Amino acid sequence: MVRSSLDQVALELSSIKKSFGGVHALQDVTFTINKGEVVGLLGDNGAGKSTLVKCISGVYAPDSGEIKVNGKAVVIRSPEDARAAGIETVFQDLAMIPEFNIVQNLFLNREIKHKNPILRWLGWLDTKAMTKRARKALNRLNTRIPSYNEQIHNLSGGQRQAIAIARAVNWGADIVIMDEPTAALGVEQSAQVNDLIKVISSQGVAVLLISHNMQHVVETCDRAVVLYQGSSVADVAVAEVTKEDLVGLITGAKKIAA
Amino acid sequence: MNAQMLSLNQLKQIALHREAFIYYIFFFVLFFFAIVLHDTAFLTFSNFMNIVKQTAPLTIMAVGLTFALAVGHIDLSIGSVVALSALVGALLLQHTGIPLAVLGALLVGVTVGLINGLLIERLQVSSLLITLGTMGIITGIARQLTNLESVPIINQDFTFLFGSGKVLGMPILLLWTLVIGGCAYIILKKLAAGRHLLAVGGNPVAARAMGIKVTRIRLYALIASSTAAALAGLLYAGRLHGARYTLGEADLLTVIAAVAIGGTSLFGGRACIVGAILGTWLMGIINNGLILSGFSTNEQMIARGVILVIAVAIGVKEIRNG
Repeated sequence: MVRSSLDQVALELSSIKKSFGGVHALQDVTFTINKGEVVGLLGDNGAGKSTLVKCISGVYAPDSGEIKVNGKAVVIRSPEDARAAGIETVFQDLAMIPEFNIVQNLFLNREIKHKNPILRWLGWLDTKAMTKRARKALNRLNTRIPSYNEQIHNLSGGQRQAIAIARAVNWGADIVIMDEPTAALGVEQSAQVNDLIKVISSQGVAVLLISHNMQHVVETCDRAVVLYQGSSVADVAVAEVTKEDLVGLITGAKKIAA
Repeated sequence: MNAQMLSLNQLKQIALHREAFIYYIFFFVLFFFAIVLHDTAFLTFSNFMNIVKQTAPLTIMAVGLTFALAVGHIDLSIGSVVALSALVGALLLQHTGIPLAVLGALLVGVTVGLINGLLIERLQVSSLLITLGTMGIITGIARQLTNLESVPIINQDFTFLFGSGKVLGMPILLLWTLVIGGCAYIILKKLAAGRHLLAVGGNPVAARAMGIKVTRIRLYALIASSTAAALAGLLYAGRLHGARYTLGEADLLTVIAAVAIGGTSLFGGRACIVGAILGTWLMGIINNGLILSGFSTNEQMIARGVILVIAVAIGVKEIRNG
């Protein structure tokens, strides 16, 4: 792929390694994601996808290797570190509080406090400001929500996914990691999520998409990185390969000179 | 037409809301006793003021317990903390002034809450078992402390402040209930702290993923619970002009039943302070009504148990329905 001058590397991973006891979960993972690019992370069960995601999002610390965000090396030891570096993760279970409404979930642990300095010091919430910001954030993603007071457990899976994505983007994340965002969704809702991914990438966000669904990867991703036995074995433009090629790479039946 | 339908739906939602439940029961029971006991002193202002004064320590305990339940814990040690804090406060009053005595008594609560919390988090054992254990330990200490003797309090200022006092014609015990209840209401409804508390109870994994310090918040909730119980001990001591190891002994069941019927989930994630206080008053009214109807203490105990079972049954049914 030819990189124009606008192409800037958002996330750069070089030689990431992680072992648990004698098990080498990640041996050598190296790839980059540009701004506004959607990269699919593929691999069989046990190839190291979820370990890698946990290393980037701060759940595990890698044993060695380097993570660069926007060209700067960062040390990620906790989810807070990852967030501070501009990396947001949309977890498979979405990390929502079922009893909370949409606004409360969007601003969980990042509440807007009251303007009055005394109330602010007490941690008084500014619900009005949060509702306003929530509306803006969801409008930006073309997501229509029946009511902002609706509790999360009354929403459909697709709507919840949209809110989880909105939450990630709302915090000015440069890089959003999505773990199987359509695994639990029907056809129509999957399509909505695909549209959402396109919207946020068009806004310059780099997206790392973990998926088992080849169709989904082919439809939404610009590139695909394949992990095999803990190493990144292929980094291909999705337009240039077939689904069968990808399956071959995942199972190790096919090899590409990287 | 459409707008009307909407408002009707909204009305229905509000009317069927779990937190509205306590109001129906409250007024139903009130109505019931008012009719059955129409020829007694039940439906008089002074009787209700008496109920409010008698249940003041319980309302404070209920408010505290609501915090523990909000994060998904239960605190069985609150009854025993009442006795120990009252005794410590009364003993200190014999040697020092009110500020130190109050501080000492409240410190009992803070310490117990801290120990409960640390044990639960470190050992990863259910709060039910840990607080059952500490309940036994504290009950033992309270009995040992004065060899089952009661400790009188003669300090007039103390009994005014924590018992018989009146401010602008309002019993100071009611004021305690309203102030503590008001503070708790604001914390849970208006402040970020309350939001995080409920998040931890609603989905601890998600709360942790969003960077909330789950362990610390659970610790705070248990400290709040037992410190409230310690304050309840002072209110008992103030009203009764003394402390005894039996204080708070029978209150645990009443408080749990009151909080549960008031709309707070026994499984975390939902808390209702107004419901907890109304629930406590409801228990007080039921007790009062049963006494006036000529029922014995034993039968009152049965009534409390039945109410708890009903409240829990409603809560569990609700969880199953999603």
